[in-house]
Amino acid sequence: MEILVCARRVPDTSENEIALNDAGNDIERDDLVYSINEPDNYAVEEALQIVARTGGNVTVATVGTDEDDEILRREMAMGANKAALLTDDAFAGSDGKGIATILKGLVQKNKFDLVLTGVQAEDGGAQVGGMLAAMLDYPFASLVNSIEVADGSKLKVSREIEGGNREFSEIDLPCVLSVQTGINEPRYVGMRGIRQVASIEIPAYGAADLGIDRKTVGESAANLKRDDYFVPALGKGAEILTGSNEEVADQLIELLKAKGGLQ
Amino acid sequence: MTARIFAYIVHKAGVVDDTAAELFAAARKIDPAANPAAVVVGAGAELDAVCKAVAATFPEVWKVASDALAYPNAELVRQALVKVLPQGSIVLVPHNHFGIDLAPGLSIKLNAAYVSDVIGIDGVDATSLKVVRQEFGGQVSTHARCNIAQGAVVNVRPGAFKPLETATLAGTIVDKTGEVGSLTSKRRYLTTIVPEAGDVDITKEAVLVSIGRGIGEKDNIPIAEDLAEALGAAVSCSRPVVDAKWLPKSRQVGSSGQTVKPKVYMACGISGSFQHLAGLKGSPFIVAINKNPKAPIFQVADVGIVTDMLEFMPELAEKVREAKKVTV
Ligand SMILES: Cc1cc2nc3c(=O)[nH]c(=O)nc-3n(C[C@H](O)[C@H](O)[C@H](O)COP(=O)(O)OP(=O)(O)OC[C@H]3O[C@@H](n4cnc5c(N)ncnc54)[C@H](O)[C@@H]3O)c2cc1C
Ligand SMILES: Nc1ncnc2c1ncn2[C@@H]1O[C@H](COP(=O)(O)O)[C@@H](O)[C@H]1O
Repeated sequence: MEILVCARRVPDTSENEIALNDAGNDIERDDLVYSINEPDNYAVEEALQIVARTGGNVTVATVGTDEDDEILRREMAMGANKAALLTDDAFAGSDGKGIATILKGLVQKNKFDLVLTGVQAEDGGAQVGGMLAAMLDYPFASLVNSIEVADGSKLKVSREIEGGNREFSEIDLPCVLSVQTGINEPRYVGMRGIRQVASIEIPAYGAADLGIDRKTVGESAANLKRDDYFVPALGKGAEILTGSNEEVADQLIELLKAKGGLQ
Repeated sequence: MTARIFAYIVHKAGVVDDTAAELFAAARKIDPAANPAAVVVGAGAELDAVCKAVAATFPEVWKVASDALAYPNAELVRQALVKVLPQGSIVLVPHNHFGIDLAPGLSIKLNAAYVSDVIGIDGVDATSLKVVRQEFGGQVSTHARCNIAQGAVVNVRPGAFKPLETATLAGTIVDKTGEVGSLTSKRRYLTTIVPEAGDVDITKEAVLVSIGRGIGEKDNIPIAEDLAEALGAAVSCSRPVVDAKWLPKSRQVGSSGQTVKPKVYMACGISGSFQHLAGLKGSPFIVAINKNPKAPIFQVADVGIVTDMLEFMPELAEKVREAKKVTV
């Protein structure tokens, strides 16, 4: 099977305290730790496990700039055999629809049986996969937490719905699936693996290569525009206990007694 | 604003989802004079009952009946909606597992804008809708403008809009079935599987020691178990802990896990995402332990402790045991 995995480089929210910049029009991006968007990494692992059974190739693609090259290399170190950096000045400031339009260009220039995205990007709207599928007229399923290759023409997939229930469907190939975290256990990538792919040439494609009308992507085509970033008013907020761990533990125990947390 | 506002109604087993009334409130927030129409798809007597119930809130209900829609397969629902919705409409959809499946593709097929997971609405003019969204796990929010010149699909976060106290209506039910025709999909629903019950039923516990990604690694789980044992509590967790297979799915609190209603909830190393908080009901006393003073969990917690949980939890366990000895 030929599989495309769409991946994005994002600030890692579990590693960073996100703060606003002085102008309030963006977050403070110096010193941020970036990594591959978490579900996208699960999607790559899933693709690798599928081709290990069926044969084929895993291609990882990102819409971004030269800096985003690092996640493509990381996923190649994991085992993806091909990568593509979709980059062009015209792509800057694209919204979800713009990114889906660019990815559609790549899909139409190639032959993929299966396209995987993550469920949602840290700074995204859980939208790129569903939009891409609709543009291609491929069937789509979101929040996928298992994939079974039924035969060469279809898959059996489950979606994660409420309460941990799993909704099973059959879906024809080619299709687009958005992959949920926890679907598998992504393999570990060590520094050695990364070094091995450090000098591989990663092809870059621009609007002309992908047959994309520059007016349909980028900031000017975006339907959603941010006016500012802000930190919401704290509301009541928590009463913060202060002191050494020992002192705080004593205060907390008194509160727990009062609230029935300690009988 | 001239665009008509529609609300997609989620229902299950003949029961209207809470989001129906929330979407009505969101529609009125967009335009206080709006007469939003509800769109209800489904099949059989169940559909009729749902339409009737929805007509108590919405002045107009568009009903689409088809055996193909007896189960809400978003691929089929999308086709049906594309056939019935007028060009340029504003379509409100709940941002849950169904809305995530339906809405982005719907916006493409309607050639409309899409805005995801809206938590606030600040007004509208002829060409744009002003919305409030969150990014980066709720650590920051943004004001954004969505271009509605060609209409828009707007996904609304469940729970973000309070239902209005409006009089009970007897709205008109308009049967749109004839406009839909036959529906086929390359994705066919098979079955739904309910997860196995876990060893501990966290939905019945009075005190939960709940751990998130901040627990760091599997080998640290005993630290939480020891504190829970000292307190006579159970250990629950956020999603990343289950994703990493450190605890079973039955221990997960949240929209895709369990709904719990303890008296005391100790959130340790949990940032406080809305999907996690969606699983917390009955206004428990929330204690948040987090090393990041800006973690969103501190906005909803009653008491906060800014510290390293791995050092604090053993200390607390010891103090709890001492305290219990004294009272015995
Ligand atoms: C469709 C969908 C459904 C979802 N359903 C659920 C669900 O049911 N339940 C759920 O929980 N999530 C769910 N999620 C995921 C959710 O969006 C968040 O990603 C998740 O809740 C984050 O978990 P967390 O708070 O443990 O991790 P993070 O957001 O990474 O937060 C970790 C926190 O630990 C703190 N920390 C780190 N180390 C320490 C330390 N040593 N001491 C103290 N604090 C520390 C950090 O400051 C941070 O605040 C869902 C997501 C999607 C897209
Ligand atoms: N710039 C991008 N390049 C490639 N894939 C992307 C990009 N942005 C988003 N995606 C994919 O779309 C998924 C959903 O993102 P979003 O709709 O932005 O929340 C992500 O998990 C990625 O798989």
